[in-house]
Amino acid sequence: MVPTLAGVILLVFFLFKFFGGDPAEILGGLLATPEQIQAIRQQLGLNDPWYVQLWIFVKGIFSFNWGNSWATAEPVSNIFRTRLPATLTVMIPILLLDVVLGVIAAMAVAYVRGSLTDRVVMIIITVALSISFLVYIIVGQWLFGFQLGWFPVQGWTDSTWTNLTTYAVLPVMLAVFVGLAPQTRLYRGFFLDEINQDYVRTARAKGLSENKILFKHVLRNALIPVLTNVSVQLPGIFIGSFLIETFFSIPGLGREVLLAVNRSDYPVIQAVTVYLAVLTMVINLLADIMYKLVDPRVVLK
Amino acid sequence: MTAILQGKDVQLPGVERSAGVWISAWRRLRNDRVGMVSLSVVVLFLMLVLLAATHLVAADWQREVGVPNAPPAFVGAKAIEKSTDPLAALVPKDAKPVDLSDIDPLAPKYKEWAERAAKIQIAEPPRATTLPFGGDRLGRDVLSKAVKGAEVSIFVGVFAAVLATLIGTLLGALAGYVGGKVGDFLEWLYNVFTSVPDILLIFAFAAVLGRGIDTVILILGLVGWTGMYRQVRAEYIKHRTREYVRAAEAIGASHTSRMFVHILPNVSHVVLVRMSLLVVGFIKAEVILSFLGLGVPVDAVSWGTMLSEAQSELVLGHWWQLAAATIFMAVFVTAFSLLADAVRDALDPKLR
Repeated sequence: MVPTLAGVILLVFFLFKFFGGDPAEILGGLLATPEQIQAIRQQLGLNDPWYVQLWIFVKGIFSFNWGNSWATAEPVSNIFRTRLPATLTVMIPILLLDVVLGVIAAMAVAYVRGSLTDRVVMIIITVALSISFLVYIIVGQWLFGFQLGWFPVQGWTDSTWTNLTTYAVLPVMLAVFVGLAPQTRLYRGFFLDEINQDYVRTARAKGLSENKILFKHVLRNALIPVLTNVSVQLPGIFIGSFLIETFFSIPGLGREVLLAVNRSDYPVIQAVTVYLAVLTMVINLLADIMYKLVDPRVVLK
Repeated sequence: MTAILQGKDVQLPGVERSAGVWISAWRRLRNDRVGMVSLSVVVLFLMLVLLAATHLVAADWQREVGVPNAPPAFVGAKAIEKSTDPLAALVPKDAKPVDLSDIDPLAPKYKEWAERAAKIQIAEPPRATTLPFGGDRLGRDVLSKAVKGAEVSIFVGVFAAVLATLIGTLLGALAGYVGGKVGDFLEWLYNVFTSVPDILLIFAFAAVLGRGIDTVILILGLVGWTGMYRQVRAEYIKHRTREYVRAAEAIGASHTSRMFVHILPNVSHVVLVRMSLLVVGFIKAEVILSFLGLGVPVDAVSWGTMLSEAQSELVLGHWWQLAAATIFMAVFVTAFSLLADAVRDALDPKLR
């Protein structure tokens, strides 16, 4: 974990240091005089050798002090604190619904494997997957928000409850709808792996009901790879909703990062990248511990 | 000695040479109806891309051939009459135009300007009221835009996949074959790249590298190599100790030769399948990046930029640009994914 974190820090640092534009020129704007540029360089420590700059960078990470955003002068930590709730308000329902509905759909399809229903569902999934996520959002927002007027087209408030019940419904619905297809296809594979196992035949041979086999034996075993998959997706929920946030004007972290990219706001991008990497590693560790709990055969290294 | 060397390609009597992996895979693929249909669709698209790239079709996609937002020919020009001037409703019908010439300081100059304007010839080319599949905001033909967009999107998808494949295969081969310190270092690199969510890594690269078609290819290639690396590495670890590699070592093949001449052809089917999956993923990624303005520049067109224009057009009821981009993309991506599945089944029947 530590070497990986060091790698991420180095990657981010050198990426922005050697390939990014000169921060002083971005900050100074087009009309800055050479003296002003020089002053900014001095202030940011850009005239120091690279290892000193790296040290400043590392210190910033561990003291959680990233300074201010270049574009809005808002402290980066403040950006995190204020944008994260909106992102989580949208993404947690999406993740939960996706997993629950995906597992149900996959189990149903896997149970009738090889049948016409199974094949039709798989074809629909393949076609549905080939249409860009963008199209679903554009059409969904237009149809349900604009044409039918069932939901507000855009909007956000300070109240989490209003957000959840009014403004987040359409985005969540669309994202779940889009996420369901790949999820079902993936989980179907997990269920098929389990359904063909010997223990299922044994359970059937000793006269257990189909329901008991499916829900008690197959489901519990198939949930292990599902758990892996969820833990892989989990870090993504902090940023993954950037498209939805852009479309529905939700003041979340994803939209903020996108804005930062468009404004060359390096501190925000760097901070998000490093912290999300840390988060990913922590989640992976927790997932490993969870396996141990779920499946005692797993041995942690 | 010479007899043995010459005998390399000679068929031994009575021993039928079994078909190679590629030939038997092609045979299996030919029997796969879905696979063949999708193969022909993909080939059609690739020919379209080639024609567009050589400026044989859709070369003048930027010409404004129709009226703004010209409806598709099968809808008919009538749709355009429906849109009336919203200001007309606000102005009373019997209102007379107010004469402002007494207080207008520019009034004496109007005549002079009119004379000067008359000297300049403006040739307004005739604009069609309908286009085969409609026109965009500027009256450009949506169909040629979609063809040109196909060129850009598929080009980006394929070349980014080639780049990611090159990086992933090379690093994966090194890590799997050499192992040891080199392997540890590459594993570390892999962990670094996978610990940051892909989309964030793409954003970070886009922030520093700027915009442009070549930049998008570079970004996607640099971010997307990890899956390929993982798989190729596993294959190389498996093959490294196989007998045929030992035999190659015994006849004095160098490490490089063993890695790329002996092992690589034996894992190339894995690489091919993985690469076709990458193409699909990268085309989708390019569409999203272009939509967000991080992809192709403004003077180019891709399916993503078409979709971003379509968003505001849809509200006005001009659905054809959205439909064109969606249909083109859906057909190609579906065909390509089905082809990838068919190729996987054909190359590795055990996996089925």
